[in-house]
Amino acid sequence: MADRAARRRPPAVTVEVRGLRKSFGRVAALDDVSLAVGDGEFIALLGPSGSGKTSLLRMLAGLESPDAGQIVFNGQAMNGVPARKRGIGFVFQSYALFRHMTVARNVAFGLAVQPRAQRPAPAEIARRVQSLLDLMEIGDLAARYPDQISGGQRQRVALARALATEPRLLLLDEPFGALDAKVRKHLRIWLRGLHDRLGLTSIFVTHDQGEAMEMADRVAVMRAGRIEQVDTPDRLYAHPANAFVHEFLGESIRFDCVVQDGIARIAEVPLARIATECSPGPALALIRPHDIDILPSPGPARVTGVRTAGATRHVGVAIGAKVFDIVQPMSAWTPMVGESYELGMLRVQVYLSGDDGDQASEDMSAI
Amino acid sequence: MTPTASRALPAPTTEQPATRAALVVLTIVLLAVLLLLPLIVVFAQAFSRGLGAVLAALRDPDAWAAIRLTLSVAAVTVPLNTACGVAGAWCIGRFRFPGRSLLITLIELPFSVSPVISGLVWVLLFGANGWLGPALDRAGIRIVFAFPGLILATLFVTFPFVARTLIPLMQEQGVAEEEAAITLGATFWQTFWRVTLPNIRWALLYGVLLCNARAMGEFGAVAVVSGHIRGQTMTMPLQVEALFNDYDWVGAFTIAALLSLLALATLVMKAVLEWRIGRPGGGPLL
Repeated sequence: MADRAARRRPPAVTVEVRGLRKSFGRVAALDDVSLAVGDGEFIALLGPSGSGKTSLLRMLAGLESPDAGQIVFNGQAMNGVPARKRGIGFVFQSYALFRHMTVARNVAFGLAVQPRAQRPAPAEIARRVQSLLDLMEIGDLAARYPDQISGGQRQRVALARALATEPRLLLLDEPFGALDAKVRKHLRIWLRGLHDRLGLTSIFVTHDQGEAMEMADRVAVMRAGRIEQVDTPDRLYAHPANAFVHEFLGESIRFDCVVQDGIARIAEVPLARIATECSPGPALALIRPHDIDILPSPGPARVTGVRTAGATRHVGVAIGAKVFDIVQPMSAWTPMVGESYELGMLRVQVYLSGDDGDQASEDMSAI
Repeated sequence: MTPTASRALPAPTTEQPATRAALVVLTIVLLAVLLLLPLIVVFAQAFSRGLGAVLAALRDPDAWAAIRLTLSVAAVTVPLNTACGVAGAWCIGRFRFPGRSLLITLIELPFSVSPVISGLVWVLLFGANGWLGPALDRAGIRIVFAFPGLILATLFVTFPFVARTLIPLMQEQGVAEEEAAITLGATFWQTFWRVTLPNIRWALLYGVLLCNARAMGEFGAVAVVSGHIRGQTMTMPLQVEALFNDYDWVGAFTIAALLSLLALATLVMKAVLEWRIGRPGGGPLL
């Protein structure tokens, strides 16, 4: 069934955004944003609240208009094209189901409002609605009202409704925001599978880095109206462009350091020497908790506690005023609580101070 | 907690049984004296000389004229104010624009203005000695002491009802459903008829009901612009007063009873609507 739906569909779209700007009053919601999304890609817009990710999504949908810049679908400029003619499917954060319509009528809406010449016959609409509901695994809910079904079911209805008009581009605003953790996990996998089966281009907004990294082909990390970095989840995690991206994408431990002669030195860990291309002066060193080793020799790091968490061991460490957790594999040796050890830095990222650090260099440390 | 302990500690909001009973009785007596008794008096007076006298009073051409005029005024003003109220509430509920709070204040203005003033402004504007009066007079257009004046006065007084009922609801519902309709390809009017209107239908009906009750029952503003021409510019409330001043008790109270019936019907419909608005989705319209 899904295969047939995929074949009937026109090819997915490429999306290009160039120099998009938008401000509300004095606040810049989007500040010179450019992004290219390929045919059939699944892209996440990731960022904290207020980073402009929802504004960008709404502009792609035509629900808001940019102050400057261009939006291009398949080589065609979309500026000035009203939302209803853009051929997109939009899934709203709170689903925005029509509360006075049954599930079936919700899903049929996009077909029912088409001009008479294009509108399928009522029987055909009913058939397509039912097959969509079946695809969403909610075929038995057709006669219910939105307030009579669960959050996860509403999410599926919202998707079915957005897909009914066979959009080439699917936009999702925090699609799992209102769901509990277990339903969310299940729906993530399911949605990603749906995207692949239907051959859509999808862009979704989230503030949950785990969600973005798990589902997306590429992730665009946003902050304060700008895109900080666009990359595959693997590369993003391994090579964050700056301190913000590093800290937003997972746990990081942060040290102030000083760069001199191509070497970054951390005051608290005097033995660590990190080769870097960062320009001389004060800088930031960021390390993932599993990229620090505890060495079985005396040093400055006092162990404050050891906890086992599944397959890993968390070691609480204090250096001077700094307190953080190191993640060790269970196979590693167990340090003693209260003893002090030397630290080994396996992988350190050094960024210019000032947090933004546009210029970044990533280096291996020499112990 | 042991049963003894729970008996020893009554809920803090619980009064002594005697106090409770006294409060309930007091409320009922007050309600009876203030609300029920006048209603009974109205009907008792109307029927004091039997059904025949009531029917005769209704057959009076002036009484008929008053009823027709009241219905006509309501028939013009209620639809106009419904359309304006929906448009106003839609703008206020959906958009942030400069002057928005001023618009809300303006919509509510008639509530805070004495009805007499609401009538007087039209006399000052369109009356024989008013700003535009002489010009209109030369053109042969009569507004004050005629049907258009009654319409204007009633429009002004009943303006807030529909908008006031809709604004909080539309603000609470937000724009998401309408945006969803637009992304699904709906035009402005498709969105309005299929999404906006069904979502506000019960509140809208409620507002229309209140608007209608006021349009038919308004006295002060209408009294000023009416000119009291019997059989021509007398609405039902005005007719009641005129007959009362003529010592025509049966005639006055017959029309008063009609107005009271309208009020009772409004009350019942209002209760039904409140019950429906309170329900999720509000249920089907018919």
